[in-house]
Amino acid sequence: MTELIESLLRGLGTGSVYALLALGFVIIYKATRVISFAQPAFMLAGVVAVTYLSPAVGFWAAVPLAAAGTGLLALGVERTAVRPMVGRPAFVVAIITLGVDVAVRVVVNAFIGLDVRHVGDPWQLRTLPLGPVQMQQRHAAAVVAAALLVAALFAFFRFTRTGLAMRAAALDQEAALAHGVSVGAVFAISWALAGGLAAVAGTFAAAGGSVDGGLWLVALTALPVIILGGLDSLPGAVIGGLAVGVLQELVATYANDVAWLGGNISVITPYVLMLVVLLVRPYGLFGTREVERV
Amino acid sequence: MSNSRPRGRPLLRTSYAEDLALLDTPAKRWWTAALLVLALSLPFLLTDDLLQLLAVCCVAAIGAIGLGLVTGYAGQVSLGHAFFLGIGAYTAAGLSGDPDGRVIGLGVTDIALWLPAAGLVAALAGVLVAPLATRLRGLYLAIVTLGLVFIGQHVFNEWSALTGGAGVGRPAATLEFLGRPLAVTDAVATRDQKLYWLMLVLLLVFAVAARNLARSRIGRAFTAIRDRDIAAGVIGVNLPRYKTVAFAVSSFYAGCAGALLYTVTGFFDPGSFSLLLSVQYIAMVLIGGAGTISGAIAGAFFITLLPRLTRELQAWVPFVSTQPNEVPNVFQVETILYGVLIIVFLIFEPRGLFGLWIRARNYWKAWPFSY
Repeated sequence: MTELIESLLRGLGTGSVYALLALGFVIIYKATRVISFAQPAFMLAGVVAVTYLSPAVGFWAAVPLAAAGTGLLALGVERTAVRPMVGRPAFVVAIITLGVDVAVRVVVNAFIGLDVRHVGDPWQLRTLPLGPVQMQQRHAAAVVAAALLVAALFAFFRFTRTGLAMRAAALDQEAALAHGVSVGAVFAISWALAGGLAAVAGTFAAAGGSVDGGLWLVALTALPVIILGGLDSLPGAVIGGLAVGVLQELVATYANDVAWLGGNISVITPYVLMLVVLLVRPYGLFGTREVERV
Repeated sequence: MSNSRPRGRPLLRTSYAEDLALLDTPAKRWWTAALLVLALSLPFLLTDDLLQLLAVCCVAAIGAIGLGLVTGYAGQVSLGHAFFLGIGAYTAAGLSGDPDGRVIGLGVTDIALWLPAAGLVAALAGVLVAPLATRLRGLYLAIVTLGLVFIGQHVFNEWSALTGGAGVGRPAATLEFLGRPLAVTDAVATRDQKLYWLMLVLLLVFAVAARNLARSRIGRAFTAIRDRDIAAGVIGVNLPRYKTVAFAVSSFYAGCAGALLYTVTGFFDPGSFSLLLSVQYIAMVLIGGAGTISGAIAGAFFITLLPRLTRELQAWVPFVSTQPNEVPNVFQVETILYGVLIIVFLIFEPRGLFGLWIRARNYWKAWPFSY
């Protein structure tokens, strides 16, 4: 029982990371109808920035700084590589972001080099006793941070003028444009937000461990998450992220009893889950069904 | 057919057969013949290491043609090409392997048996994936096929009885035909010369077959689906059926390419079939020119020769190191180039290398006028 609850709590921790990453994907998708395959590279860039900044200014200042820096990087990429492609098929833009990802990741990997880099988080591998069970502090911190950021985002979309503009542009770009919404600014804000979220998510993914080039695979796990939750659903991204995180940790805990599956089966459970869900619901659990008119 | 045309009127067509012909102008016939002669005589002009590289190019071109059929012609974005390449490679290696060896081998060493088998097994996998493709569109499909790569990598890594296990690998398929080894050095030619000729001939067979498929009823259905799937459905194209056919044919090509790809080096490990391999094939199709066979071939040659080119260029760019532990090194430059070239081509020349050729041709066609 303790084992079950502890793996559930671990799952919530990793799930929060996935939720933050998935939110970035969904925000970009809602604004531009494009899946940005560059998110893994932004996440890695953000983490590496944190590892360089935190010895100098401390962890708590390093994370917002790195998030802002990654947001600017994302903004620059949007401006140079994505904005010229407005009006072109979504697939073409997606492939461009794939190219951005490959190129940016090489540069970031060069900054990682051969050293062991740490984000310098205050939690390390310490645990938080919750009655009879133990929860790692980094997982608790990830849950809290995700909850705060999600609340802030929902408030932003609900109560601010910019948030309203973004919702309007997501609903109908031309109508929003006609009402004076700067759709270009919406694109830019979306990319910057997604970049910042990726940096924060990456920091929590790397907390308590070291940063290496393989960390980007964590961000790819957000892809099955958004498919699961539906590409255009913010609540779907959060729920999907938590669900995938929990399922992954449960599989990691209990799959050792099933030897023929092989080790590390938990790495691919999100993808298997995605295939199963898509066969039943092609637009994800919370996604909008595309209406086709002839 | 061509004799009935008036001289000097190469674009005048008087029948559908003429309109659909593969080499419809005398210029194309001459150029194709010249290119063929040049390609066949390359072994007498180049050194063996270059020939080996060109043999790999030919095989990569087969795989790129396959991806071009499903992504370029039928418009179904597939990031899962590495998965199908892997299935082909392991089917062929497993069939032709040594029965007494460390890994699974059935001892069927004849290329006439293992090559079609590899293609068919991969095609079967493609048909199994197709139900997802027929239900999903666009980016959903891209992500699902990306998931396939990860699932495939897990299976390849874990099934070490067949694949040799991660980081270890296994020997590739054996090149034998009717009991005679195809690629050994003898008095007539060296191993690499023979390899190159073999792969070139196979590429020609696969390319002509793909070109014929593309101008058939099936090919027209593919392009209709790509351009507007709803409209295609309305005019009577059976969408699920043709999407399944597209995936099956594409996977068949991938399977054959995967089977052949590692016979050149002779050894491969499960780590090869990663997302990067899929991205490379996407890059081949897009840089070469989506929706054209010759574009896919040009893209495959370009991307496969890119590592060699960056090494050669390194001589002129002194601050780029050839040592993998220094920054910046040629390996980093190479990977960045994949990414940057994809971006540059998609923004500035979406028709790819093929589009550059069309531009050059049209310029000289109209020369000295600018239009």
